[in-house]
Amino acid sequence: MATTKTATGHDVHAADAGHHEELGFFRKYVFSTDHKMIGIQYAVTGLLFLLFGFSLMMLMRWQLAYPGKAVAWLGALLGDARMPGGVMLPEFYNELGAMHGTIMVFMGVVPLAVGGFGNFVLPLQIGAPDMAFPKINMLSYQCYFLGGVTMLASFFVPEGGAAQAGWTSYPPLANIATSGQTWWLVGMIFLITSSLLGSINFIVTTIQLRAPGLSFMRFPFFVWAQFVTSFLLLLAFPPLEAAGVLQLMDRVAGTSFFMPTGLVVSGQVVQNAGGGNPLLWQHLFWFLAHPEVYVLILPAMGIVAEVIANNTRKPLWGYRSMVYSLGFLGFMSFVVWAHHMFMTGMGTVMSTFFQTTTMIISIPSVVILTALILSLWGGSIRFTTPMLFALGFLPMFGIGGLTGLPLGLSVTDIPLHDTYYVIAHFHYVVAPGTLFALMAGIYYWYPKATGRMMNEFLGKLHFWGSFVFMNLVFMPMFFLGLAGVSRRLFDGGETYQFAQPALHYNVMSSWGAWMLGIAQIPFIINFFWSLKAGKKVGANPWEATTLEWAAPSPPPHGNFAHPPEAHRGPYEYSVPGRRNDYLPQFERAEA
Amino acid sequence: MEIPYTVAAREDTGLNNGKIGIWLFLASEVMLFGALFASYILLRVGSVEWPHGYTILNVPLATFNTIVLISSSVTMVMAWASLMRRRLGTFRLYQGATVALGGVFLVVKYFEYSAKFHHELFPSTNNFLGIYFTLTGLHMLHVIGGMVVNAWLLGPGSKLYATNPEWFTNRVENSGLFWHFVDLVWIFLFPTLYLL
Repeated sequence: MATTKTATGHDVHAADAGHHEELGFFRKYVFSTDHKMIGIQYAVTGLLFLLFGFSLMMLMRWQLAYPGKAVAWLGALLGDARMPGGVMLPEFYNELGAMHGTIMVFMGVVPLAVGGFGNFVLPLQIGAPDMAFPKINMLSYQCYFLGGVTMLASFFVPEGGAAQAGWTSYPPLANIATSGQTWWLVGMIFLITSSLLGSINFIVTTIQLRAPGLSFMRFPFFVWAQFVTSFLLLLAFPPLEAAGVLQLMDRVAGTSFFMPTGLVVSGQVVQNAGGGNPLLWQHLFWFLAHPEVYVLILPAMGIVAEVIANNTRKPLWGYRSMVYSLGFLGFMSFVVWAHHMFMTGMGTVMSTFFQTTTMIISIPSVVILTALILSLWGGSIRFTTPMLFALGFLPMFGIGGLTGLPLGLSVTDIPLHDTYYVIAHFHYVVAPGTLFALMAGIYYWYPKATGRMMNEFLGKLHFWGSFVFMNLVFMPMFFLGLAGVSRRLFDGGETYQFAQPALHYNVMSSWGAWMLGIAQIPFIINFFWSLKAGKKVGANPWEATTLEWAAPSPPPHGNFAHPPEAHRGPYEYSVPGRRNDYLPQFERAEA
Repeated sequence: MEIPYTVAAREDTGLNNGKIGIWLFLASEVMLFGALFASYILLRVGSVEWPHGYTILNVPLATFNTIVLISSSVTMVMAWASLMRRRLGTFRLYQGATVALGGVFLVVKYFEYSAKFHHELFPSTNNFLGIYFTLTGLHMLHVIGGMVVNAWLLGPGSKLYATNPEWFTNRVENSGLFWHFVDLVWIFLFPTLYLL
């Protein structure tokens, strides 16, 4: 009996390593607990939301460039409640604006960067068989999905459609808004739960499931980026959840947490207890939303670091200082939030504190960016599609970051804050910045996920189109903003005397946006076409050094044929005296 | 496929996965309730008039509830300690007491709430009552959540004991950590809302 028992134990283990058991369709694709499938679910859903959020913006750009001009087919498509006779109603414009921001940040970029890349790449890069809590991981995706469905469904709420109070949902406007706002809050609570479950999983996985020999300072930079990001999600989101609960109480139970006494709406004094504080919401919101900015950018920096090291065939310049900067960024991101609120009339003591911390937090960002740029120096650069996107990221993020400095100082922020300058600034950080990095990641890890390369020609077409048109969209906004055009006008400033000389920038920007949409077509074709027809590749097509390239492409359930070990740091490229120019972490000894 | 360190501790960290997970979860909970307490402070210092809790709320009932919750924390520890000594019978007893005490807390809370509603005191009446109902309501949801998990560990979840007692003990410990946290939140809520 005893021998049978041992034998069974071994058999079970062998079967686990081989994974011949076939899962049904639902278990494999819908209710999967495999981190790779969940990562792909997150990434594909995130990409779809990015496309949807971008479509909302393309609609808005029409109204901004050609205010009040009718588009008959859009009117027929969207109905009289939104675009009667093809002319956009201001309420619908507000819906589009609020939902564009919400969708892009909470349902597009973060799920793709953290849920998608984090789930797919992080366990592979640390040599783990899966996440620490696979079922919780599945639940995380499902919460995200439900949150997404709630947000989409809110467009069809009979009275007034989706949320209209901006992605920041400032009260008292959000408190008195139509019922779409309640849907927004419920959707946000789902999304917050999802990211809470995900971030716990990432942190535990990183600490516990590291391969033997993979000490923290041997982590690929991407793992560090995800690790710090997870802490930000874990600790910064709950205050927004608290704020969401309070706003929900205001809207549903009639409390006045955010409602001041004697508020007048449409000439009528609002009947409620009063005594609340609208600024409370702003503090709670930005306590999340500033760390959220780093949630958007840190995974992007991680991806860019991987792609640059691989394509320059050099170790990263200043790996340690980059890691320390990352940790410092994560910590500091919790004490800068009120630089979003210089317009609220805060005292000079408060604003001095927050502009000082804001100037301090720019230092580690600059350290990381500089280290990435210096990493290029003396490398024999391979201009692959992922590398082009990573290289595009550097100046774009640079522009985004540097134009943020005047916004971090209250004296320059006050004239710029309500103008298009702010929109241009953060879109440079997130759109040509983070999104380019995410694109680099998709081209870089696509062969790992599917076993096939994406087409290089279509990829380069995608890159150059996106690069040119991204700048055409956002560069004019700096000029609009410096000309003083408010970012809150639904006609783009047509009725605004001082904006007249700058209005042609609206047209330029809009055409840039539509062309940018066309420039994504090669990517969409590439993404599906390469699934079937891409060049088949082995485990390590990029000749990279980190652990994920030890697994087969695509990795089976359980990832590695043999549990990998890390023998050295992550970026041992061009080691002198070697016959090839890379020395993977998983290779046992010098060949 | 087996996830490493689900039950046994990893040598260099000295912890299993679930233990780190529950502590991280509690960290996020601290941020959630921390934000709500901060909101309470801001609303109170910014208000023209703010009633003393004891003029509106029922302090003896809440004191009784505090004792109930603290007792349930003690029985929770005893339940876990019984499992550490591998005594499933004693565990059942203490775990059952923990769930029952949670139930007592909810029943008392029900009478408190209905008394307020009976006197026409609603969340919308003023911001003191608003934050009272929000904070205690959210805390009550946590009590219910903890009771559901504890009841599951008492019932169907205890089957795991037969095959893997260590894993089961770890689960009870983690559920206990959450239960103590819920208790701790109440210990902050009670003076903040009822006494100050």
